[in-house]
Amino acid sequence: MHDHPKPGRAVRIGIGGPVGCGKTALVAALCRALRDELSVAVVTNDIYTTEDADFLRREAVLDAERIVAVRTGCCPHTAIRDDVTANLDAVEDLVERFDPDLVLVESGGDNLTATFSYGLIDRQIFVVDTAGGDDVPRKGGPGVAGADLLVINKVDLGPLVGADTERMAADAAAVRDGKPTALVSVRTAPIPEVVDWVRAQVRVPA
Amino acid sequence: MTLVVAPELWLLADSRLPTGGHAHSGGIEAAVRRGLVTGPDDVAAWLAGRVPTAGLVTAAAAAAACALVTVPVERRAPSVDLLGHGRPSPDPRPSPATWRGAPTGGSTERGGPSLESGDGDVDWARWDAAISARTPVAALRDVSRQQGRAMLRTVRAAWPHAPVDGLGARPHQALVLGVATRAAGGTPHDAAALAVHHLTGQVCSAAVRLLGLDPLALAGVHARALAAHGPVVGTAAEAGTAAAAARDPDLLPTATTPWPEVLAVLHARSEGALFAS
Ligand SMILES: Nc1nc2c(ncn2[C@@H]2O[C@H](COP(=O)(O)OP(=O)(O)OP(=O)(O)O)[C@@H](O)[C@H]2O)c(=O)[nH]1
Ligand SMILES: [Mg+2]
Repeated sequence: MHDHPKPGRAVRIGIGGPVGCGKTALVAALCRALRDELSVAVVTNDIYTTEDADFLRREAVLDAERIVAVRTGCCPHTAIRDDVTANLDAVEDLVERFDPDLVLVESGGDNLTATFSYGLIDRQIFVVDTAGGDDVPRKGGPGVAGADLLVINKVDLGPLVGADTERMAADAAAVRDGKPTALVSVRTAPIPEVVDWVRAQVRVPA
Repeated sequence: MTLVVAPELWLLADSRLPTGGHAHSGGIEAAVRRGLVTGPDDVAAWLAGRVPTAGLVTAAAAAAACALVTVPVERRAPSVDLLGHGRPSPDPRPSPATWRGAPTGGSTERGGPSLESGDGDVDWARWDAAISARTPVAALRDVSRQQGRAMLRTVRAAWPHAPVDGLGARPHQALVLGVATRAAGGTPHDAAALAVHHLTGQVCSAAVRLLGLDPLALAGVHARALAAHGPVVGTAAEAGTAAAAARDPDLLPTATTPWPEVLAVLHARSEGALFAS
């Protein structure tokens, strides 16, 4: 386990997962849920556009200048793990400007092995898509097995694609060594368990 | 004669050293997107234009910076605040009096060496300004400072004794590379060679990713470029060393290729680019 975030500075939470699993939707939901109680900023790592950042700005989940996009040179996993330079620069600039309580770093959509370096973030959430195949949690891998929180998203689509979400949860539990998993549908329902988990990672001075 | 290469220098030559270089294409993405570069020969031609010009300037500046750090600095154990994320380390860095590299001048661009303090005798701000003057477009000056900032972070982690404090928060990368080369036990010629190697490596690996080219073919382009442009390294090393000896940044060479500079501006303004430059 990694050290608990140091008091008195922004807690950084990485949000990773395959393309289209709902990372940006989750970031938007977290911003909406937490922006009134916490100072929040966001870094996005789109693969070749500023699409995610544009979406978040359009949705006005935060002031536009609290959302920045970095370019990752075709290598989203390098930018969050092996050479986190561009992301560190972006996070440090946000911290200097806004002194936020929470910085969310959304990775570019990648594969099941793409996890964040703890040199960049303090905690990471890995998101998988129910419609992406209910065998994904069983396959495990660094994201599913190692993330501090696993979010199985789009459970509303389970019946439509014949995915057994209960089995997904059980398979995840088998590889996650007691770490939490949340089954959610970010687009269609509130996500109190994820919001509470994030809140618990952030220590706000009384 | 035995040629001795300081082992730590290999680290500076390794593209796996985390300095953010993987997100830059050395300008070639803008050319690829316009159909100006489509295969390995074009990449070689691009390098033949860029290395003896912008590459020469960068290499000479790196060599000069390396030569300017003249006092061996005290070595200290790394004290990297891994989870402090760039917060100043509580461990004090070597005082400016222990090396000749403290700032004495001012820079007009954001983040360059500052005006305060005059302990050492290297006026980094003048060298920084000389690089700016030789980098025609603001977009590339900014890219150079972005990469300088990134490399500073890496150098502080790998060579805590390196006298980089006088360089400011966002110096041109060539200056950081030169000081780092010195800290790693290298010479001005090494610094110049590393600058050229970084440019060619960035361009070649970006070309592989952008065009789906055969990485083996590009390894050939990279190797031949380094061999062909050996004289550029030699010229840069001599010019940089001479400029450093004379304490005169005006002696740094001046050369560029206008079209890539224009493309760099268009790239910086474009939507949908994969690389930061
Ligand atoms: N049905 C359903 N759709 C969802 C849910 N969450 C997200 N989506 C949709 O899935 C699509 C992709 O969501 P994003 O949030 O953009 O996914 P992402 O992981 O950020 O995608 P990339 O950044 O491109 O990798 C969008 O059309 C969302 O509206 C959900 O819980 N249920
Ligand atoms: Mg997204």
